[in-house]
Amino acid sequence: MKDLSMHIMDIVQNSTRANATLIKIIVNENPGLNMLQIKIIDNGDGMDPEITKQVSNPFFTSRTTRKVGLGIPLLIQNAEQTGGNVSIESDKGKGTIITASFQHRHIDRVPWGDIPGTITLLFSGNPSIDFVYSHHFNNEVFEIDSRIIKKELDGIPINQPAIIKFIKEMIDENLKNIGVDINN
Amino acid sequence: MTKVKSLDDLRKMRDAVKSKLDLREKGDKAEKVVQIKVSMATCGIASGAKEIMTYFIEELEHRSIEGVVTQTGCMGYCYAEPTIEVTLPGEDPVVFGFVDTKKASEIIEKYIKKGELVDGIIPASYETIDKEKTK
Repeated sequence: MKDLSMHIMDIVQNSTRANATLIKIIVNENPGLNMLQIKIIDNGDGMDPEITKQVSNPFFTSRTTRKVGLGIPLLIQNAEQTGGNVSIESDKGKGTIITASFQHRHIDRVPWGDIPGTITLLFSGNPSIDFVYSHHFNNEVFEIDSRIIKKELDGIPINQPAIIKFIKEMIDENLKNIGVDINN
Repeated sequence: MTKVKSLDDLRKMRDAVKSKLDLREKGDKAEKVVQIKVSMATCGIASGAKEIMTYFIEELEHRSIEGVVTQTGCMGYCYAEPTIEVTLPGEDPVVFGFVDTKKASEIIEKYIKKGELVDGIIPASYETIDKEKTK
């Protein structure tokens, strides 16, 4: 994967397939401490310990449409090449937490990519699932919660084009405002 | 500090969107609009499905077509990503493969607007995947 936002899109897809209704994406970024961490928490089906062990194997997948599952192995590769790692905690019936840690300033750390566009597509492309996106940058934080957005929208579908555009700009401006450089 | 968009701004624009929507809904019902599903698993994302999804959202709006664009998982056509499934009202879903923005534009102009089939359709076994799911 070329950038971190693609990984987020990809890992979240696992959560949606596991019937999650609430998916939290929590980013902790601290260039000074050379730290970048992405945590994805869902309330989906979860996995038993046997399966959890297997998901880092590229030749494991739960789907029947194809025989390989590269989402998590690719994330592990990108994390490990910066000296970081990926941990997976899962509880059958409760949900799954995936934590990917990177060295922020490592030369092999892939850039953010289009975070505002990605988060917005998750909101609009999965209107029946709720998302919390929380981006911590040094001591500042920006958080957007689709439940709050939907409440404010008062019945207007979240995937109306004007709303999609608004959410994208809102994320973009707020991330810039707290100092996030999405080109890095 | 520059002003950034907040929930207050969302509240302000909500009513404008709502009145526009009310006007439209008198004519159309939700199930009467075109539905596009973009396949977005690892294979699709790596092949640029995100750009295609964004393109459809923007172009449907530009070309004044009412539609819903959502995400779906891998449809099993990883070799042909990005793939999309288009469902015209009252029709069976049609899956298109190797969709770039040029192909997407053609799909909108010919298939969505006029119902003409265009190259790039992945025929066949789509139904069997659904059957497998329900097993």
